[in-house]
Amino acid sequence: MTRRDIRTWLLVAPAAAWLLVMLVLPLVVVVVFSFGERAEAGGYAPAFTLDNYLNLGARATAFANTLTLAPLGTLACLVLAYPLAYFLAMRASPRWRTLLLILVIVPFWTSILIRSYAWIFLLGGQGIPSLLNALGLGSPRLINTPFAVLVGIVYGYLPLMVFPIYVSLDRLDKRLLEASADLGAPPWRSFLQVTLPLSMPGMATGSMLVFILLMGEFLIPAMLGGGKVFFVGNALVDLFLQSRNWPFGSAVAAALVLVMLVAVTLYMRFTRSWAGTRDDVSLM
Amino acid sequence: MESQTPIAELRGATKLFGEVVAAQDLSLAIRRGEFLSFLGPSGCGKTTALRLLAGFEQPTSGDVLLDGQRVNDVPAHLRPVNMVFQHYALFPHLDVAGNIAYGLRQRRPRPDAAAIAAAVEAALRMVRLPGFGDRRIWEMSGGQQQRVALARAIVNEPKLLLLDEPLAALDKKLRRDMQIELQGLQRSLGITFVLVTHDQEEALSMSDRICIMRGGRIEQVGTPRDLYDRPRNRYVADFVGKSNFFEGRAEAAPGGQTILVAAGGHRIAGTAPAPLAAGARVAASLRPEQIGLARAAPEDGGRIALPVEVVTRIFLGEHTEYLVRNRDLGEFLVLVPRQAEAATGAFDPGEAAQAHWRQGDALILADT
Repeated sequence: MTRRDIRTWLLVAPAAAWLLVMLVLPLVVVVVFSFGERAEAGGYAPAFTLDNYLNLGARATAFANTLTLAPLGTLACLVLAYPLAYFLAMRASPRWRTLLLILVIVPFWTSILIRSYAWIFLLGGQGIPSLLNALGLGSPRLINTPFAVLVGIVYGYLPLMVFPIYVSLDRLDKRLLEASADLGAPPWRSFLQVTLPLSMPGMATGSMLVFILLMGEFLIPAMLGGGKVFFVGNALVDLFLQSRNWPFGSAVAAALVLVMLVAVTLYMRFTRSWAGTRDDVSLM
Repeated sequence: MESQTPIAELRGATKLFGEVVAAQDLSLAIRRGEFLSFLGPSGCGKTTALRLLAGFEQPTSGDVLLDGQRVNDVPAHLRPVNMVFQHYALFPHLDVAGNIAYGLRQRRPRPDAAAIAAAVEAALRMVRLPGFGDRRIWEMSGGQQQRVALARAIVNEPKLLLLDEPLAALDKKLRRDMQIELQGLQRSLGITFVLVTHDQEEALSMSDRICIMRGGRIEQVGTPRDLYDRPRNRYVADFVGKSNFFEGRAEAAPGGQTILVAAGGHRIAGTAPAPLAAGARVAASLRPEQIGLARAAPEDGGRIALPVEVVTRIFLGEHTEYLVRNRDLGEFLVLVPRQAEAATGAFDPGEAAQAHWRQGDALILADT
């Protein structure tokens, strides 16, 4: 081995070791467990059976919730984050921009647990519903509904969407907008034909980030869904920690990874074809 | 027949950015079908003038007219004017054809796809890139991108084509080729071209008229020959071709001539294109090619001769350029044609010589 090879190996080794120990090995364990049986007192007993996979239907609701609320939450984040990122990148004066960007991440300075608690009170009977009631608008139940979970998702994940979009808009060459106007496009058409396509990489990155994290989410549904709106993540907590059925939990986890893989692949296909064959449309 | 209405006009147009005066009281009529250049150093207001015409800036006071109509409040996208941007500003997410078709696609009613495709192909042929329509922008070289930017603008048949330092990013040889091509294109299309440049050679070689700017103001407008022969002041003379300047005080002389009295009592006679007050600080402009170099002062009484020492010699092929120094007047350039040098022989650095010119050849200019 040359010195160069050694150096390369030394640089790659920590990351490779990390991936091996923290990702590959656990994944192998999960796959092996998923074919096993629940031991008498809970946990894992070696076996080879497909029962765990055939039983997945028992957790269909969790999968259905995850597969509707994760994409919906991603979309809601995208729709709300874009105008904010646009304002920050294109309209805010440089003096205000830094301050506003800091404000976007300020919520991260407190634990998501505490912030979700706050939402329990806001959406609970004494919060927004009672306020609406006082205004004579009826008293809708908000807490423990899919809506509450969506609110929590948007609240928690918005900054992750804002930043990639902000960066792509900030990097956008503003002379392209002048060129578009010069060629006869009114402002709104310049936005649709130049700004929007050129901020696609930011939207793709942000959506991917939020979507992947949402697929594994369990805290927000646990707190704002109150056991009524639960994700696959919640099912896993339940299976591993409550009923201690590790093999079935492993099968559910393996299925989730598989679903995620398919979803991400489809999504990448979609954004690729949307953006043409440009190789600089990086997704992550 | 050309219409008498100027295709575009600035009338006392002033543009302030906060406290900064970017353009002050610009008044200029652009003639139908001409090639006009704004020439000046960076920050002289030439780009602001162009942006006022394009509609990217609105004048703080004064008016902008297109084809006789006041367009101060008409936004850029509604003006029949197109621009070739300094760094091209091509759309990276569209291919070459998509870029060129962009302007046509904004028209309402929208032209049909076949008409657009035909116009795009014609524009590509015009800039000598036939068949490049489906290329990606980043696959094109700098010179090719330049042509695409040009095609993207001219395909719209604008009343005015604005070019913002379009050749600045190209290497010298390519720039020369593009200058010739731009001129040819302008003649064949009959579109009025307005060019912004800081490159005097570019302005001189391409333009019908040049507008020389300084500090947000127009110094002088004229044909390259006008500016070369009758510059209004030293600044203009310095911008148009190489020149030597000798400073001194003006003194009126008979026969419409002006005498400049320089350091050491040298009296340089010349014509003053602009009126000068006696005693004013002036500069005599002499082109290097107006000055000869000899071993002995010429007998001819009509010539003025100065003893000089040769500082450097640069061989330029047809000419040899000498930098010489006179004790009183300092250093200046002399351009000696090959034939003249054959008679006197070459001068070596350090050698003494006589620099001479015809008394009266100089231009006496305000020294500003």
